[in-house]
Amino acid sequence: MRQTALDTVTELARRDPRVVFIGSDLGVGTMDKFRAEMPDRFFMEGVAEQNIVGMAAGLAMEGFIPFVNTIATFLTRRCFEQVAVDLCLHNLPVRLIANGGGVVYAPLGPTHLAIEDMAILRALPNMTVIAPSDAQEMRRAVTATLDRPGPVYIRLGKGGDPVIARDDENFAIGKAILKRAPGQIGMISTGVLTERCLRAADRLAAQGIEAGVLHCHTVKPLDIDAVRGFAQGLRLLVTVEEHVATGGLGSAVADCLLAAGGSLPPILRLALPDAFPRHYGSQDDLLEIAGLQPGPIAERIAKTITDLRP
Amino acid sequence: MTKAVNLPNAIRLDNRSRDLRRLVVRALDGGGRGHIGSSMSLIEILRVLYDDVLRHRPAEPKWQGRDRFILSKGHGCLALYAILADKGYFPAAELADFCTRDSFLGGHPEAGKIPGVEASTGALGHGLSIGIGVALAARIRKTDARVFVAMGDGEIDEGSVWEAAMCAGKHGLSSLTAIVDYNKMQSYGSVSEVQPLEPLGAKWRAFGFDVVEVDGHDVAALRAAFAPRRGAAKPLAVICHTVKGKGLPFAENDAAWHHKSKIKPEQVAAMYAALENG
Repeated sequence: MRQTALDTVTELARRDPRVVFIGSDLGVGTMDKFRAEMPDRFFMEGVAEQNIVGMAAGLAMEGFIPFVNTIATFLTRRCFEQVAVDLCLHNLPVRLIANGGGVVYAPLGPTHLAIEDMAILRALPNMTVIAPSDAQEMRRAVTATLDRPGPVYIRLGKGGDPVIARDDENFAIGKAILKRAPGQIGMISTGVLTERCLRAADRLAAQGIEAGVLHCHTVKPLDIDAVRGFAQGLRLLVTVEEHVATGGLGSAVADCLLAAGGSLPPILRLALPDAFPRHYGSQDDLLEIAGLQPGPIAERIAKTITDLRP
Repeated sequence: MTKAVNLPNAIRLDNRSRDLRRLVVRALDGGGRGHIGSSMSLIEILRVLYDDVLRHRPAEPKWQGRDRFILSKGHGCLALYAILADKGYFPAAELADFCTRDSFLGGHPEAGKIPGVEASTGALGHGLSIGIGVALAARIRKTDARVFVAMGDGEIDEGSVWEAAMCAGKHGLSSLTAIVDYNKMQSYGSVSEVQPLEPLGAKWRAFGFDVVEVDGHDVAALRAAFAPRRGAAKPLAVICHTVKGKGLPFAENDAAWHHKSKIKPEQVAAMYAALENG
């Protein structure tokens, strides 16, 4: 997913002289083609996220479209004030491409896990937050950012994630994609967990429980109409995210349904626990521990439905 | 160890410097508050930039050929508002509404609201990085725009300033000038007690800057320091030795006058009286 994102930035830069790339201290060889072809628009500025974001703001003030790439935690926690003031307050078209959203960097421990990035960025006025499901959708998302006003945060998965994006889907920032029509249950998800939700839906279907899946690749601005329409008449609404429950997709969905008024379906929010992960291993391991793999998702939904029975 | 240059107070303020300070007092009176000391130390720096150095068009604030000035120490905005009003970016009468509900002149400057303000500042340690981005944009486009960023001495306690300094040095951004308003006082007290900066010139040199130290109230010295730098290969740091509250003897070098709220009419009168005497 990361390679696709960066390749897409290179393609955009070839055809649009406004595109510049700023990295921190990325791996050897990252963006070599970009650097070779457009050296005056390529910047690798060291382990200095505050400076990088401010510098991106300055370039954007002058009409450039900077794509900034580094690890998600460092691009959110470390330079939060620069993101808030330099990017969001000025409403500048800087694109933050964040490696390792969620628990991708499981073996590296909690300093490298972006478990609250969507919450803190969602809280900022003018910010757009996108979590694509796979490389195919990543390509569409990065391309779609080109002419979007204001800052955009793009959360990357691990790479090699199964592709669930289809050619017939019209990708538009802020527009949710209905992956599977709801039955009595509807799941709303984002990022790579949408793929887990689809597999969970297959498992539930095998038990005779029909569950739909709405993919909100854009967490902010949330597709309010799609969410409200999807939730209507459900026996159980489930939100699923690779993120703490506080302030993430589940919060955004609940906010939007509360604001709509009327009767709400019961909501089951599946998310990472309100704790720094204590284990290492792989992303899949941490998702398993948090009950966010297809099996546990299906089991928790089936149990909740049973408990709901009068 | 480089010894701190200590030149200020040798200069007697001329009419123009006093007129600009009166504009600051007009805003202090209108808003009943403001960063007095931090603004008064900046007056000559901004006066020289806008009178003699920057290519700018008050009637066309976004003119592409302009040089850029970023007030990174946003709390010194009254000095910026005074010079912008004086230059005709907006009517000086607006100063009287400083910090009131519907004014566009807040306690920190906002781009997009105030003609001539390049960046919204107030959170410290942001301006130099923004200035680097602006200077790199000019380099990519091969224009000769100069970029000036004014910072406070307390402000450069921020680590982000030094990230930016390293970056500017690496890029050899000769179009970039970092200005330090070195008035030796921060909010709590003297810089030498709260967080000493010396050897300050050596620090900037070590980060890849050419360095000039001047009396920040000496108009001729400032003109020379900001003069065009043909052939320069490094960014420039101009360390301006200034007096906090300059021009108001009762406020000079007194941390209590860093910021004041609930300013009384008699204090306003005292400020005007002090400026009468030069």
